[in-house]
Amino acid sequence: MNMQGLHEKKEGVILSVRNLSTSFFTGSGEVKAVNGVSFDLEAGKVLGIVGESGSGKSVTAYSILQILTHPGRIVGGQVLYKGVDLAKFSQRQMREIRGEQISIIFQDPMTSLNPTYTVGNQIGEAIRLHTSRRGSEVRDRIVELLTLVGINEPQKRADQYPHELSGGMRQRIMIAMAIACEPDILIADEPTTALDVTIQAQILELIQKLQDELGLAVIMITHDLGIIADMCDDIIVMYAGSIAERGSADDIFYNPHHEYTKGLLHSIPTMEKTDDMLIPIAGSPVDMLAMPAGCPFAPRCPSAMKVCMTDMPEELEIGDGHFASCWMNVKDMVMAEAGEQHE
Amino acid sequence: MLRYFLKRLGLALVTVGLIMTITFWAMNAVPGGPFEREKAPEPRVKAVLEARYGLDKPIGQQFVMYVGNVLRGDFGISLKTGREITTTILTGFKTSAKLGAMAIVVAVFFGLIFGMTAALFRNRFPDRLIIFLTTFFVSVPSFVLATLLLLVFSITLGWIPVWSATDRHMLLPVIALALYPMSYITRLTKSNLLDILGQDYIRTARAKGVAGWLIVVKHALRNALIPVITYLGPLTAYILTGSLVVETVFTLGGLGREFITAILQRDYPLIMGTTIFLSVIMIGMTLLSDLIYKIVDPRITFS
Repeated sequence: MNMQGLHEKKEGVILSVRNLSTSFFTGSGEVKAVNGVSFDLEAGKVLGIVGESGSGKSVTAYSILQILTHPGRIVGGQVLYKGVDLAKFSQRQMREIRGEQISIIFQDPMTSLNPTYTVGNQIGEAIRLHTSRRGSEVRDRIVELLTLVGINEPQKRADQYPHELSGGMRQRIMIAMAIACEPDILIADEPTTALDVTIQAQILELIQKLQDELGLAVIMITHDLGIIADMCDDIIVMYAGSIAERGSADDIFYNPHHEYTKGLLHSIPTMEKTDDMLIPIAGSPVDMLAMPAGCPFAPRCPSAMKVCMTDMPEELEIGDGHFASCWMNVKDMVMAEAGEQHE
Repeated sequence: MLRYFLKRLGLALVTVGLIMTITFWAMNAVPGGPFEREKAPEPRVKAVLEARYGLDKPIGQQFVMYVGNVLRGDFGISLKTGREITTTILTGFKTSAKLGAMAIVVAVFFGLIFGMTAALFRNRFPDRLIIFLTTFFVSVPSFVLATLLLLVFSITLGWIPVWSATDRHMLLPVIALALYPMSYITRLTKSNLLDILGQDYIRTARAKGVAGWLIVVKHALRNALIPVITYLGPLTAYILTGSLVVETVFTLGGLGREFITAILQRDYPLIMGTTIFLSVIMIGMTLLSDLIYKIVDPRITFS
């Protein structure tokens, strides 16, 4: 495999996920955590993946990096990074990708850092693994990174242990570790969920700043549409392992074409809406071991039709780069065509 | 840190003092004495002997005298052999400690390796074999294991002499002594390692591109070692001070045997001496393992 080409900077689409399927083979059966997901990520752009717990957004990210844990594995599809299929890479080959080309930060920075090593040691580990820097060069880079992610007294902080730092600072450490080797892609897996609201904004700002300065492509995974509204170029809405709707941020926010997306938008609190004006999505997430035959959202969907219960809707292009998998769109299209013929 | 250490040291002295007091009174409360035999000794002879060793005095006075002597570093002489208690204990401890130290090294080394193997091959053949064997070694009493080892390797196969002037005969007792703690450490390491390997920071290490074996050695093992260290403190004390069974089966004159013989023969100064020695080692090792904690896990603070 030609690994050389992977180190060159590239414009346009750098990550193209095609029909990715990942399953967990549990004692009670196969759980299709990710079921035929496709999307493109362009260099230097921010892609948001939104969905509730168990929708498969994190598993999608872990599949890209192949850091799934037993009994999960990729069962189909491609992960094309600069044209090379990472899904076919061995763990040994993936080690060259992880942390060097594609990095990830996690939800809970407390548990994601090893409690028995200093943060400097843990950042330095990534530097030593992927660069030729040694000794004082590593130290200098650590201090440089800590400064870059906005940590005061970097010399002192580098020698501290995770438990001696605040939650926000720990997430900054995770970010410093992730960007240590100047990757092309940063995956942020619910980076602010475990943090205070005030810190959340700071971390998001930092990610945005770094994305801008370093030209990173960012995959922002979250269950909260509200927090990523301003920073994403494109958004994918996932439900039960499949993509419900994808498009530009404007498409998703102002022209949603999937009942689930509409439901998510209704449940975001804003300045104008008071508590009793928020409309929660009724019902509970689908049982992944007993997936319905049709659209997985149908049992909770306010506009579900007969066909929704029996057949999975195809992905339909609503506009330029805007796709949704919902029978309502098919219905609207058929109605429109019928109307045209009538005239 | 220093304050904590001094506080622990003070507590240790109090503990030793308590152990000393309780043992002294309990020992004397049991009917019979060092000069009682199946054939009752002549009362006059007994009186002379008791007077010679100060056993005729009231028990309170005996205790005060004993504590006074101990504080001056004098543990007395054996009522049976007439040898200095200090010499007797140190001679026995030399054998026991040598044996014990080797056994601990073997137990920790193989315990960690087997534990890691079992964790990494979870539910596959190596894991099942290791768990079967360690369960066996934990459940079979040491006198059976020791006798079996002797029977198989010395008598049937004739590989290792039952006794020799060199250190070769130490091999079987070391194995006999190490099997139980080795099995315990194996199981402890396995379960802890499995727990640690499921932690978020292991995922972080993988996401960084760290190689599989390095993840286990650098990121997982260190955290998995913490409970093993807890176990090692008392274990070291226990093993260093000798095992009666192993020392008896392999005819080695160690401290374990001295201790039991002392009790059986009601050799009061030797009982006291071995008890104090044992408790000092036990407390010392526990303190040491607490200090090692601090090195392995920076989250632990002493206060």
